[in-house]
Amino acid sequence: MSTNYAVEAQGLVKRYGPTTALAGIDLEVPTGTVIAVLGPNGAGKTTAVRILTTLTDADEGQATVAGFDVRSQGNEVRRRIGLAAQDVTVDPLLTGRENLVMLGELHQMRRSDAAARAAQLLGEFSLNEAADRRTSGYSGGMRRRLDLAATLVARPEVLFLDEPTTGLDPRGRSELWTVIDTLVGRGTTVVLTTQYLEEAERLADDIVVIDRGRIIARGDARKLKREVGGDQVQVVVVERGHLPDASRIVAEITGVEPNVDVTARSVTASTSQGVETLVLAAKAFTDAQIAVDDMSLRQPTLDEVFLTLTGSTTEDEEA
Amino acid sequence: MSAISISDETVAHDGPRPARGMVHDTWVIARRGLVHMKRQPEALADATIQPIMFVLLFAYVFGGAIAVPGGGNYREFLMGGIFAQTIVFTSFGVAMSLAHDRKNQAVDRFRALPIARGAVLGGHAVANLIKAILPIVLMSLCGLAIGWRIRDGLVNAALGYLLLIAFAFAMIWVGVLLGSLVSTPEGVQGIAFAVLFPITFMASTFVPTETMPSFLRTIAEWNPTTGLSNAARIQFGNPTTAITPDSPWSIAHPTAYSILWIIGIVAVCAPLAVRTYQRSIAK
Repeated sequence: MSTNYAVEAQGLVKRYGPTTALAGIDLEVPTGTVIAVLGPNGAGKTTAVRILTTLTDADEGQATVAGFDVRSQGNEVRRRIGLAAQDVTVDPLLTGRENLVMLGELHQMRRSDAAARAAQLLGEFSLNEAADRRTSGYSGGMRRRLDLAATLVARPEVLFLDEPTTGLDPRGRSELWTVIDTLVGRGTTVVLTTQYLEEAERLADDIVVIDRGRIIARGDARKLKREVGGDQVQVVVVERGHLPDASRIVAEITGVEPNVDVTARSVTASTSQGVETLVLAAKAFTDAQIAVDDMSLRQPTLDEVFLTLTGSTTEDEEA
Repeated sequence: MSAISISDETVAHDGPRPARGMVHDTWVIARRGLVHMKRQPEALADATIQPIMFVLLFAYVFGGAIAVPGGGNYREFLMGGIFAQTIVFTSFGVAMSLAHDRKNQAVDRFRALPIARGAVLGGHAVANLIKAILPIVLMSLCGLAIGWRIRDGLVNAALGYLLLIAFAFAMIWVGVLLGSLVSTPEGVQGIAFAVLFPITFMASTFVPTETMPSFLRTIAEWNPTTGLSNAARIQFGNPTTAITPDSPWSIAHPTAYSILWIIGIVAVCAPLAVRTYQRSIAK
C-alpha cells in the first residue's frame, strides 16, 4: 500500500473471439483523484472497468487497484472497491433497506452494523420514505440513487462508476456530480466512464479518451480541447447562397478550413481564441452584409473530438 | 426534494473487514433467495398451492379410475409419486433463480464483492433445498388429511424423506447446468416444460407402469422418477409397483437405483455445472 496510485494498469489486452475489446491500455490514477474514461459505445470502457473490478481477466497486461493485483489478489481488491455498473443492479424484489443490509453483510459487516450503515445511507440519499418498499416500484432516479448508495456501503477506497449519469435527467445528473465531488473531497479515488466531454470536464482531473480499445488521447480537459483545436465557433446564415462567403470569412478569422453544413446553413470551425473569435466574426459578417441567424461559441462535442482525433465520427466506430 | 447530502463519515475509510467465511456468505445469499420466493406469487404458488392441488386433483379426479396393481389405496400410491415429481422440479427453480440473477445483473454485483468463492451458487443451492422441503411438508400434511399414512415406522419414513432431499440436492446441479446454458427465464421455462414434464409423467409417478405399452413401459421402468417414486412408497410402507421375478433391476431395487442416480448426477453434473456456470458469468 505504499503506492501513490489507486489504479495502475499496463498493457491491458482483452479479446472476445475475433474482436479485440482492449488493445493495450495503460492507466495511472493517483490516489484521491478522478479519472474519466471517455469514449463512444463499444470503445472498450466497460471492458476496462470489468478488468479493474476483477469481473474478468485480461488476456495480457497487469493491473493493481488499491495496491493489490486484480488477478491474484482479487478479494483484497474487492474489499476496497465499489462498483456501479452501467445498468442498475439493485435487487428488484428486495426493499431499498434490504438491498443495502445484504450488501453490507456481504462486505463482511455484522448485521447490526450493516443495518446502521443502511439507515445512514438511506437518509443521506433521500430514500427514507421509500426505504421499506420494494425497489421494483422505485422511479429510475431513485433506483440510480440506491445503486450509488449501494456502492458506498463499505466505504470504498476506489469507486468505479460505469456511465453513471446515463438515463438521468439534468437534475439527477447534477446531484450525482455533487456526490462525486464530496467523495473525492474525502479522499476517494473515482474511475468513471462517460460519453460526455462535458461530464468528464466537470468531474475529472484527468481524461483518457479511448477508441477501439486504444487510448488515443489523455490529459485534462483544457489540453484535450487544445488538441482538438479549442472551442467551436458556429455561424448560421439566413440564406444558403451566402454559405461560400461565410465559409471564407470564418476561415480567415480562425485560420482553419470550416465544416459547411448546407442543410443547417451553418459554418463551423474550431478556434483557440475564444470570445474574440465571435467579436471578429460579428464585425466581418456585418461588414459583408451577410444576414446571420445565429452565432455561437461552444465546446466541441465528443463527436468533434473524435473527428479530430481519429478522423472518423463516433457513428463509424459503432458500425 | 431529493437532494443528496453525504456526510464526512460516509466516505472515511475504516479499512477492510476480515472475512466471515463461506457459511456466512452462503446464508446471506440463501436468505435473499427465500425472500424472492416469498415475494414472487408464481414461485410461492409453485411451492405451496400447486403440490396440494396436484394431490387433490389426482386423488379425487383420477384416483377413482386408476387401480393400484396388487390392490391398495390409490391415494397412498399417489403420494410417493407426487413427492418425486416435486423433487425433480427442484432443478427448474434453481435454473429460474440463476436466469433471473443474470437478467438483473445480480451476478456481477455479487462477483465484485469480497465474498467466499462458491457462496453465490451455494446460496442458491441452500435456498432451493429449503424451497424443496416446504412443499414436501405441505403435501405430507395434505396427504395425511386425505388418508395417506406412514405404515412402515418413522425411521424408514425419515430415511425416505432423506432420500427425497438427497435427490433434490442432485437436481440442484441439473438446475445450475440448465440455468448456465440457457440465458433467459423464458428459455428456462420452455425447456423445463418440454423436458421435465415428460420425464415426470412417463414414470410410475401417477399411474402404475404395468398398464403402459411395452416400449413406454421400459422407458418408465428405467426412469429415475419411477425409481424415486417407488423408493419413497417403500420407505413409507405404501403400495407400489409389484415386484415380480422378471421385473428389471430398477423396479426390484428402487432405493438403490435412486441412490445410484443421486451419485451419478452429482458426480457428473456438479463439476460440469460449476464449470459451465463459471464460464457463463466470466464474460
